[in-house]
Parts: sequence; C-alpha cells; structure tokens
Amino acid sequence: MAELTETALPGVGQRVDFISKDGRRVGVVHHHTGKRELFVCAPSDPDAVILSLRLTDDESHALADALGGSSIVESLDDMAQQIEGLAIDWLVVSGDSPWVNRTIGDTRIRTRTGVSVVAVIREGNAHPAPDPQFVIEAEDSLVVVGTPEGIEAVGQILTSG
Amino acid sequence: MDDRARLLVELGAVVLALGILGRIAGRFGISPIPLYLVAGLAFGEGGLVPIVTPEGGFLEVGAELGVIFLLLMLGLEYSARELVTSMRTIAPAGLLDLALNFSPGFLAGILLGWGPVAATFLGGVTYISSSGVVAKLLGDLGWTANRETPVVLSILVFEDLAMAVLLPILGAMAIGGRASAALISILVALGVLIAALAITYRQGDRLGALVFHASDEVSLLTVFGLALVVSGIAQSLSISAAVGAFLVGISLSGKAAERAESLLMPLRDLFAAVFFVFFGLTTDPRDIPRVFWVAVALGAVTAGTKLFVGWWAARRRGIGPAGRTRAGLALIARGEFSIIIAGLGVGVAGAEQLPALAATYVLMMAVVGPVAAKLADPGRVRASTQV
Repeated sequence: MAELTETALPGVGQRVDFISKDGRRVGVVHHHTGKRELFVCAPSDPDAVILSLRLTDDESHALADALGGSSIVESLDDMAQQIEGLAIDWLVVSGDSPWVNRTIGDTRIRTRTGVSVVAVIREGNAHPAPDPQFVIEAEDSLVVVGTPEGIEAVGQILTSG
Repeated sequence: MDDRARLLVELGAVVLALGILGRIAGRFGISPIPLYLVAGLAFGEGGLVPIVTPEGGFLEVGAELGVIFLLLMLGLEYSARELVTSMRTIAPAGLLDLALNFSPGFLAGILLGWGPVAATFLGGVTYISSSGVVAKLLGDLGWTANRETPVVLSILVFEDLAMAVLLPILGAMAIGGRASAALISILVALGVLIAALAITYRQGDRLGALVFHASDEVSLLTVFGLALVVSGIAQSLSISAAVGAFLVGISLSGKAAERAESLLMPLRDLFAAVFFVFFGLTTDPRDIPRVFWVAVALGAVTAGTKLFVGWWAARRRGIGPAGRTRAGLALIARGEFSIIIAGLGVGVAGAEQLPALAATYVLMMAVVGPVAAKLADPGRVRASTQV
C-alpha cells in the first residue's frame, strides 16, 4: 500500500496524501467543517494542486465504494489495529473454491481453526451472524474474527478444502 | 422624523449599502473589507455624502462588538494543540516575519515624527497579515492542499499569537499613564494568556463540552455572554477587550467549538462590517492626500518583506520555487487586524494621521495581495484539462 502522510492545516483541518506511482501527489483535505476535498497535483510542480474536488459526506462514501475500498473495511481495519492479538479480516471465496454452494457448517472453520465467521458480504449487502446452514456462493466475502494464524488457516481451507 | 425613526433609517441605509458592496466584491472576487472602509469614508465627516454621525449610537457599540466577534472567532479557529505544534516548527520564520514587517511601519512612524508610542501602532498595522483575506484566498484559488500551505497557515497562527501579546501592550500604551502601571497590565495579560493556553491544552475539549449545549440558541447565548463578560473584565484591567475575546475563543475547542463557529459566523460578518464602516466614518478622508504617498511606499516595502518571509519559510520546508512565491504572495494581504490595531491607536498623542494612513494602507493591501496571488496562479482550469 502507498504510504499516507498526514499534515495538520491549522484552522482548516487535516491533509492526507500519498505519492502515486507516476509521481503525482494525490490526497484528501479533511476540513474541520466536515467537508472533504479530493486533490491531484501536477507532476511538474508537486507542490501545487491542479485539480480539486469538493465532496459531501455522501459523495465521499460513494466514491470510496466505487474505488473498491468500502468504508466498512476501513473501520474494521482501525478496529483490528486497536485490539492486540485479535485479527479481523474478510476473505473472498473464489469461484474455484471447493466450498461454493456448500454451507458454512460444512467447512467446520470454527472447529478446525477457532475462527468465527461473523458476517458474509454479498454484492455489497452484509449478512451479519450467518448460521451454519448459510450457503456460500462464489465471490462472497467472509468477515472472520480470530487469531492472525487462525485466519491464515481459514484462507487455506477456503482455497484448498 | 423623530430620533428613533432616524436611527433606523440611517442604520438601514448603511447596512443596505454594505449588502450592495458585498455583492460587488463577490462579483469581482475580492475581499469586501476595502469596500466597507470606502463606504465609511464616503458617509462620514468630510466624505462625499456626510450623512451619518457615528458617535454614541448603535454603530459605535456595534463596532466594539465587531472587534470582539473577530477575535473570538479567531480564537475558536485554532485549538491550543494546533497553536503549540505549529509554534514549534514555525518560530524562526515567525520571528523573521515580525522583524521584517513590524520595522517598516515603526521606522516610518519615527521618520514622520510621531514618537515611539504612535510608531509602535503603525508597526502593528504593517506587521499582521489578514487571516480572513488569506484564508479566503487559499480556498478560492484551490491552494488549500498545496504543499506550501501549512507554512502559510503556521505563519498566520504565529502572527495571531503575537497579536495576543501585542494587543495588551498596545492597549496599555494607548491609555498612557505611568510605565509601571502599564507594565503590570502587560504582565497580567501575558500570565492570563499562558494560563489559558495551558488549561485548554489539557482540558479544552471538556471546557467546550461544559459551555456548549444541545440547543444552538443556548450555546450561542452562553458563548457570546461569556466573551462579553471576559472582554469587559479585560478592558477594566486595561488589557484590551479584544484580548479577552481571543482568550475565550482559544479556551474552547473540540467538536463543540467547531459548531460554535458556524453559529457565530453570521453575527461576526454583520458586526465586523459595522466595525470597518465605523473606522471609515471616524477617519476624515481629507487627511488621506497628506499620507497617500507614505502609504504607497509602506505598501511597496511591506509587500516585498512579506513575499520574502513566505519565500524563505517555504524554502526551509523544501518547497519548490513556484510554491515559495505562492507562499509569499498569499501573505501580502493586510486587513481586519491592521484596522483593529489602528482603532486602538486612535487618540494616542502623535498618532493623528494614523487612521487615515492605516485606512489607505489597508485599502491598498487588501486588494493588491489577492490580485497578485491570482496573477501568479498558473491557470488551474487550463492545467486541469491535461490531468
């Protein structure tokens, strides 16, 4: 992941940015007022913004979703960092997984790894606390909670059974 | 017309005129401050249409409230944490800024034979950039996310803190009297400033939560009342009401303070406008020709010194040449705070020409600064098509 730099803008808010692969500074200004401003800098003058876009709360969520990093994911990320020894991850079930069209119970994930499946995200909709009879489909995201090693083991199970 | 009707019509005419001027300013994308000053000059004694008598009426009280609102909002804008962190990094540039931009005004005052007290006020006028004009400029030009912008903002923070120190000193000087009495009120002011910063650094959010209320109305009345009481106390200790309001603003921070900003904004805009008009009204435009060339010379010198300070501070942070120039240009504008300082100096012995000189100087700098910055902008619309 590109490294994000945070800079305080006294009286205005906070600037978060990173340098993209082609050398452009890209980022967001979080105004104290709650407004967000997306910006891109010129490669010729990395100090100057050449494009900026003001976004409302709704619009920035929509944009985050469109980019693929959902806002649920971000907040889970934060949570995982806050609690030591506990990892939260979401694992995508690929089409060639042996568990497609079988139930969560069949995988015996909890018995084998101690990891719990706390939710399934399917086509952007969350199905929280799925029961063992929940049928897994291709491209489902399983939100799992457990030890980092356990979660790694679940990844193995999902791909190879 | 009886007196009350006359008051309403006069006041209405002035505020309406400000509304129209604000529209014109918006049309050309410039700060309305210079236009408000012009309106004051035109309507007052010696002006084109001398219709308004400023003394003892609503305008005088309104102008006083304008100063309090300007400083209260300025304090609210920054949390103590922001002040302390930016102080650490910007101190060298901030001190250079003080040295290079205070001296031209001070020296001009001495050369004009005003005496050291009046000259100090003129130094204050040329020193402080206008946070209001600069903030608007950064937003308008889309420079907020530029890499040199934190440098510009930190210098403004330094200036605002410097002003919190400068205002009580100037206030004590304006009142005159014995040096020992002045020294005591200055020390009291500095002590209170440091105490307020220390308390808010640790407890600012809690203080904010204490003062603010779920109801906007209650919050507004509490904050405004608190600011007035503290300003009044500060004034009675001859510290200057403005400093009291600034301290109240700084002491409150956190989420609640951010909401208070939006609550107070319309009131600040109204009363600040009244303040600028009032300053124009009390300035006799017939004095301007005598000080005009001094103002132009001071303007040229202090535009150059600000440009250099911004350039130097940005270079220290590793900003490229174009960004250094932008940082310098952004800082040129003077405005509300120069007028506040000049307002304090009205009536000081030797400073008879101060209002006219300050008005002319600010009229110029509030326009020149943003225009220069706009000319330096490499045309974002054109560039953005090549993204």
